[in-house]
Parts: sequence; C-alpha cells; structure tokens
Amino acid sequence: MSENVLEVKELITAFRMDDGEWLRAVDGVSFRVPKGKTVGIVGESGCGKSVTAMSIVRLLPKPMGHILGGEVIFKGQDLRAASLERMHEVRGGEIGVIFQEPMTALNPVHRIGKQISEPLILHRGLSKGDALKESIDLLDKVGIPSPERRIMDYPHQLSGGMRQRVVIAIALACKPDLLIADEPTTALDVTVQSQILELMEDLQNEMGMSTILITHDLGVIAGHCDEVVVMYAGRVVERAPVKELYASPQHAYTKGLLNAIPTLSTPRKSKLNTIEGQVAAIKDFVPGCRFCQRMERTGETLEKRAPWIEISKDHWVEACPVCVELKSESTD
Amino acid sequence: MNDPILDIRDLKMHFPVKGGVFSRQVAAVKAVDGVSLTIGRGETLGLVGESGCGKSTLGKSIVRLLNPTAGSVVFEGQPITHLSQSQLRPIRRNMQMVFQDPAESLNSRLSVGQIISEPLEVQGVGTKATRREMVEELLDRVGMPKSAAQRFSFEFSGGQRQRIGIARALALNPDLIVLDEPVSALDVSVQSQVLNLLLDLQEELNLAYLFIAHDLAVVKHISDRVAVMYLGKIVELADADTIYQNPKHAYTKALISAIPEPDPTAPKHRAHLEGEIPSPIHPPAGSAFGHRINHPLYESTIGMDLSLVEIEKDHWVAADPCCLSEADYAQAMSLQECELRS
Repeated sequence: MSENVLEVKELITAFRMDDGEWLRAVDGVSFRVPKGKTVGIVGESGCGKSVTAMSIVRLLPKPMGHILGGEVIFKGQDLRAASLERMHEVRGGEIGVIFQEPMTALNPVHRIGKQISEPLILHRGLSKGDALKESIDLLDKVGIPSPERRIMDYPHQLSGGMRQRVVIAIALACKPDLLIADEPTTALDVTVQSQILELMEDLQNEMGMSTILITHDLGVIAGHCDEVVVMYAGRVVERAPVKELYASPQHAYTKGLLNAIPTLSTPRKSKLNTIEGQVAAIKDFVPGCRFCQRMERTGETLEKRAPWIEISKDHWVEACPVCVELKSESTD
Repeated sequence: MNDPILDIRDLKMHFPVKGGVFSRQVAAVKAVDGVSLTIGRGETLGLVGESGCGKSTLGKSIVRLLNPTAGSVVFEGQPITHLSQSQLRPIRRNMQMVFQDPAESLNSRLSVGQIISEPLEVQGVGTKATRREMVEELLDRVGMPKSAAQRFSFEFSGGQRQRIGIARALALNPDLIVLDEPVSALDVSVQSQVLNLLLDLQEELNLAYLFIAHDLAVVKHISDRVAVMYLGKIVELADADTIYQNPKHAYTKALISAIPEPDPTAPKHRAHLEGEIPSPIHPPAGSAFGHRINHPLYESTIGMDLSLVEIEKDHWVAADPCCLSEADYAQAMSLQECELRS
C-alpha cells in the first residue's frame, strides 16, 4: 500500500448550541488520502463534508465548534495535538485550502498581488519584491492573462472564474503536500468549471501533491478523483476506488444517489429514481444507521452502528444489514 | 406552431448604466438583445446558457416583472408588453413564476397557508373557508402534508420549500409557469423528486413551462425543445434530443462537452472552451462567440446578419461563420438568400 499523506480516524466534530447541547455534525468519520492521489468527498448539504475539511486544518468556528474525538494524522503527526505555531505552518504552507465562494475567500480591500504574496512571505520567507515576482509566475500558471498588470487589481475587478483562479494560486503558492478544495467550482459555470478542474489536475500532476475534492456533483467526482468517500448524515457510508464505486455501489444511499441524477442518456421525461424522505435534523440523528432513519424503518439497525467492513480491496462500506446486501454476487 | 401560448418577438431588455455628474445614461447593459421564441400549450421550452447571458432577465421580462425595452410578448393571443399593472392582473392568473432560491422567495413572516393563498386573495378567488380547502388541496398535490399550512416556510428543508413555491405558482391554475433555476439550489436526491413532481403536474394540468437552468442534463431531461442563449441572444434552438445529438453551433457543442458525466470510464474530451462570457455593456461588434474563441473570421462578421435560420426542420441556428461548420454555414447562407428573395 502506498504512503498516506493524511489519515482521518474516527473524527467527531460537534457544535455546542446555546442550550448546552452538543450537535455532532461529524460523527465518526474515517478515510485516508494516499500520496499524489485525489480523494473525492461526496454527499448532500449538511452531511458534514465541509466540517470534516475544516476540522482537518482546525478552522472551526469559535467558540461553538470543537473536535471531540478521533485523530487527524498528517504526515505522521496528529494535528489535533499540534501547537498553534505548528498549525500556522501547516495552514497555507503544507496544506492549501480552496473555499467554495471565491468572493468571500478573497479580501476585498487588498490587491491580488498582495494576497498571493502573503503566504510566500510568511511561509517561505521571501522578500516583498521576490514574493511579488513569484505571484506573477503563479498567476501565469493558473492561466490569468497579463498577470503583471493583474496583480494590481482588486478582487471585484475580476470575474468569478478569474477569482477562483486567484484563490487556487494562493492555495498553491507554497507548494502544499495536500490541497483541500471545498466545492471549488460550485459557484461557476460548467464551461469555467471544466477549465478550473483541469487546471487543478494539471498542477497536481506537476507538483505531485494530494487533493481532497469536496463536492456534491457526482459528475465532477467521476472525472477527477481516484477514490471516493460517500458521506451521509455525519458518517462515511461507503469508500471505494472511483471506478469500483460507480460500477458496483454497495450501500443503498450510494445506489440511490447514483440513480437519482439525470444524465444525457436518461430517456427524456422519464421518471427519475428518487430517494424518499429527507435527512433528519442533526439533533435527531440515531446512533445506528441514519439512512434507515430516512427510510422510516424501525428496528435494531437504528440502535447500533453497523460495522465498517472491507468487501473487496479498498472498498469499504458501513454494513447495515438492511442497506447493504452482503455476499450477494449479483449486484444491480 | 399551431397554437402557441406564448409568442415573443424581438424582445429587448436594456438596463441603463448611469454615470457622470448628472447621472446621465452613458451606456446600456444589453441583457436581452432581440430574442424571439414561442412556447406551445403543454410544452416545455428549456433555456440554457452561462451566468450573465440574460436568461433570468428574459424570464422576468416575459412575466413583466421587468418592463422590456422593445419587442413584443403575446400571451394567449393578447399582446401584454404595454399593459398597465392593473390590466395585467387578470392575465397574471394564467402565468406564474417559480424562483431559484426558495429561502428568499417565500416570506418568512407568513405561514405556508398564507403564502399559498395570497395569490388567491389578490385575485379575489373564493371565500376564506374555500381558500383554506384549496390550500390543502394544493399542498396535497405537491406532496406536502396538510398540516404544513400552519407552519412557517423556514421550518422546511430546501426541497419542501421549493414544493411550497410550486404550490403557490399552481394556486391560480395557470397555463404557463416560468421556472427560473428551480432545482439548482437543491441536493441531487431532492432535485429528482422536484423534477418528477414538475413532470407529473405538467401531464395532469397540461402546463407549459419555460425552464431556465444552467444544468444541461436536467434541461434535456425535462424539455421538449431547448434554446441556447449567449450574451443576450438565442444562438441555437431545436428539439431537445436533436440539440444534444446533433448540435450545430460551436457554443452549444462547447457547453455539452463541458458537462461532467457521472461515469468514470467515459473518455475525457479536452475540447475546452477558453475565456469567459464578455460584458454585455460592450458586446463585441460581430459574432460574440467568435470573439471569445478568437476566430480568424471574426472581423468579417462585424455588421453581418447573424440571425437564426432554420437549417433543418425545426432546428434553428445563428448564421455565424465563426460558429458553424463550413457545410452548415453554406447551407445557412443559401437559406438566408431564399428567405430574402421570397
């Protein structure tokens, strides 16, 4: 097995409400990111995928957000136990982060050049002048035309796609070992989306980094990831190499998700498959299988969390006896 | 089309850009710049394009949430572009709109029952008691429990809120609903529920939809015909299957090839579109898309007639040398000449 850049083990992240109650947005999440690979995290809104990402770099909203349990092993070190100084080194240095909304990720009152220079000065100790030169190179690399003029622009002078390129340039400035991209293209048009995803892939191949790509778009996952982690209601329900997952999904939720999207080959105006019901509110999550909860099933699967088992090489599933048909060779 | 419910001719919606000391108009954003479309009874017309291409503005100017600058909109045989708000009121019964973000388009201070019965009250339909019954029926129709009427919209999830928005649009029994990105804020599993609901309602009530979206797979699924919009103009219009199987315009081709297909074994095509949509304040003088892709023939298109021609039966495409294959363009030119002569 190849080396893992990141290993997340049984991560539990919770938010404390005003009444003192803890809501576990992430409730026992485990996955790993092999070196040089892209791992996609897919799930519906509220499933905890962004909170997982924020927990890795310890950027949870204070004072409500806390990591209550688990480990985040990055290059052999548990980041949960790391000092604040160490975290400063990690964020923006060894781990780059791209957020969903490129407008809010950039500071509106500083020029682009200054914002790209900042991590270079901070983490790589470059002088202001050198950092600015390097910024021009980076902007060029992410495909921004006439970068030497663009560094003097403010974020509002750029289009959405251009802004996201700047955010990518900042995230990649210090050649991180791991890039966390949280819905990097959700706010963009399809044409711009494909430009940005290709750009990320090219840069990744060039720099040999690993990527966590968080998205709700199964099309994006299929085209750009090596492994997929499917999250539902704060848990990972299935994890597999990308081709394996699309060819033989095991968990009822994964199957439902894959069946629900209309593609260009779906017959026009035909009935789409749906997943009935909706995700329960976090405070109502049962300890056991939360997909059974959505299906309004009763019984012991709701009471106890199902074991996490490897059904074929690198293909793991939360083996709820109702949601997963075990040992059946013929899968649809 | 024999009986179009909606007939738009050369519709323009320009927004003034003001500047200078006296806030005089210095330029105009040509959000919609000469669009002609028809929608038949019970038909779904899909409208796709990148953000900023003017598709939402077009939707809003059809239902007269905006007052178009020029052109005409004929709805059920009646021109509505120049009607006053009070003259419009009876017409609005038959033409409703569903918005993209249900969280913002539903008043959070009103109960769901009040939200759905508001159009009924405005139009003076029924008494208080009968309206309550109608609300319950509508909730049932969109798959919500009757008890929802007493609750507030923020108590519901995104998908349920969009159902409430649809129930409100259905309240007056319209013939046409303009759906502006109705499912793009929803999760996939909920999105398919809402799409199924829209298809069911159309079948039951013979509704016509103008379905505005940027997700091409969704648009293909729900539409009978699809119009592709680029920088305020329609560049291609055809039957939904045709436009995806046999796109003629380079922009349509680029849009289709950019759709991420949920199939990891699918071959990757790297025919990508560079650049972004230009500003509608200073649109290129010639072919807008030719300008974006730096086409060598761009200069020649300045001042040229780039209007739509019917290149095959019911398949319309802009006669643009930058965006069509040579054979298609030659055919388009000969068709244009025929039209001029007749």
